[in-house]
Amino acid sequence: MSDIVLDIRNLRVEFPTRKGVLTAVDDISLQIRRGEILGMVGESGAGKSMTGMAILGLLEPPGRIAAGSIHLSGDRIDGLDDRALQAIRGRRIGAVFQDPLTSLNPLFRVGDQLVETIRLHTGLSRSRARARAKDLMHEVGIPAVEERIDSYPHQFSGGMRQRIVIALALCAEPELIVADEPTTALDVSIQAQITALLRRLCRERGTAVLLVTHDMGVIAETADRVAVMYAGRLAELGPVDEIVRRPNHPYTSGLMGSIPSLRKDVDELQMIPGSMPRLDAIPPGCAFNPRCTHAGPRCRRETPRIDSPGAACWLALEGEVA
Amino acid sequence: MTQRSGAILEVDALERRFDVSAPWLNRLLEGRPRRTLRAVDGVDFTIQRGQTLALVGESGCGKSTIAKLVTGLHAPSGGAIRFHGDRDRMQMIFQDPFASLNPRWRVARIVAEPLRTLRPDTPEPEVTARVADLLRTVGLSPTDGTKFPHEFSGGQRQRISIARALAGEPEFLVCDEPTSALDVSVQAQVLNLMKRLQREMGLTYLFISHDLSVVRHMADVIAVMYLGRIVEIQPTADLFAAPLHPYTRLLLDTIPDLEAPDRNRIPMGGEVPSPVSPPPGCSFHPRCPLAFDRCRTERPERRADVHDRRVACFACETPADGAAADV
Repeated sequence: MSDIVLDIRNLRVEFPTRKGVLTAVDDISLQIRRGEILGMVGESGAGKSMTGMAILGLLEPPGRIAAGSIHLSGDRIDGLDDRALQAIRGRRIGAVFQDPLTSLNPLFRVGDQLVETIRLHTGLSRSRARARAKDLMHEVGIPAVEERIDSYPHQFSGGMRQRIVIALALCAEPELIVADEPTTALDVSIQAQITALLRRLCRERGTAVLLVTHDMGVIAETADRVAVMYAGRLAELGPVDEIVRRPNHPYTSGLMGSIPSLRKDVDELQMIPGSMPRLDAIPPGCAFNPRCTHAGPRCRRETPRIDSPGAACWLALEGEVA
Repeated sequence: MTQRSGAILEVDALERRFDVSAPWLNRLLEGRPRRTLRAVDGVDFTIQRGQTLALVGESGCGKSTIAKLVTGLHAPSGGAIRFHGDRDRMQMIFQDPFASLNPRWRVARIVAEPLRTLRPDTPEPEVTARVADLLRTVGLSPTDGTKFPHEFSGGQRQRISIARALAGEPEFLVCDEPTSALDVSVQAQVLNLMKRLQREMGLTYLFISHDLSVVRHMADVIAVMYLGRIVEIQPTADLFAAPLHPYTRLLLDTIPDLEAPDRNRIPMGGEVPSPVSPPPGCSFHPRCPLAFDRCRTERPERRADVHDRRVACFACETPADGAAADV
């Protein structure tokens, strides 16, 4: 039990609006172990970024955690006040976001940003923090560290900026890194460099990673396990190889079938009819039932849930949908 | 070059340069020189009627600039574009369905715009009927015409863009990353729609994308671009079966493959250099595992005696080249 870094139980994130309460994340439970990369995949609005933000304590008001708990290495971290959260964010949880330009301050040299972050979290002296910043830049694969440490963010390419952001996330040797679409803004050849870096850091430092992305290919080659999200709910959870090869949830298999293949020729891509429901119009029962070819009466009545590996689908859980 | 039978578009030694110099006063005071960005640097290709040619490459390789040159949104700095069709029957589909539709217009007016511009004599009932038809063709309902763009999802907006493009009865469509802003399941719907329309209406596509799996699904011929130049151009099946240029091979080795995921994939090193100061010789040589002296000084061209003008690479020219044989 002791190597579980992140433990989410029955998490629910709500947004009260004038028209009523929207549920962006609905009753999800999952764990990430030391040195493990959990990929969280889903389409826009599936609630994957919201889950990341809830862990980081960065939900935009009026968004709030309405139910459930989040534990980091045994310590409960949801519902903490700002001061307590600040002691965790950056120190025990690192964050990497999609756009490295917005994560870095354009007015400060990258070295100074690293030194400031290191000193804030570790209390090292300026010169020792600078030495540590150089080590980190080296570790994330920045060439010619001595020359680049005093450059400004705009003098770096997108891929190099994302490496700096990862170095920033590593400053305090966090137990967990939440990476939200870290490769989406990057070109494919650079994307592969960044995922390889994440994998190496995870292996060498034992950091747990929550990798949020819409790209199944990135998940397949980076993550150990995958959580598929649909309409704020967990649709399927399990080892990445099994889910890529034999998806059990009709949504996951539809998603996989809609991705053009690099090997097989098909005239028509598989399509999932319709689109994901808006948060104010989630159908009763299984949220996927109006688009599902296997849906039966039970799917329209009761919501299937999972809190361990498997598919949240009555067909997969019970073998029938009557 | 004479017109080959069936070619709808011929692009010959096309160039587009942008002046990216510092402002005049800075140049004067700081003694900085003028700087030119060669976004498109001598590009040739031909598209056959009814086919799809895809331009693929990483950001900054010049593929979107070519789209703008072909549609006339930019004027070329050199070279020639010969279009053997009716220029009024060329349309474009853009990447961002949020930016490319006027938010203050109702959908019916958006879709009718090319019709009203190109054939202003069309009687109003006929315009209305045609708009309803077009909306049905792209899988929307004629009643959607009274709504505004913000009432639709990204995929539906891209369908509206396609309906608008079809309103001018095009024979040639330039599609610049038409599905990059869409989720994969929605992307599948739009790609299937585009393929169906091509079959039914005999459309020709110039299809621009950074996604090799999308390009493989859509294109008959693929041109791989790197820093403003086509480094390789081949029929799709040949390109995937036997990629010739080291850049294409590295690209194919780098992209995640869902059917055979490889966690120990070795990523391609380095980055695309700045197009303002490209390296001398072959612009790929700093990242190329096969580069030798000649690549650093001389620029390779696509030559008729080297793989039938399919590749611009010195390493592919020498018959003793082991690299070309091991693919």
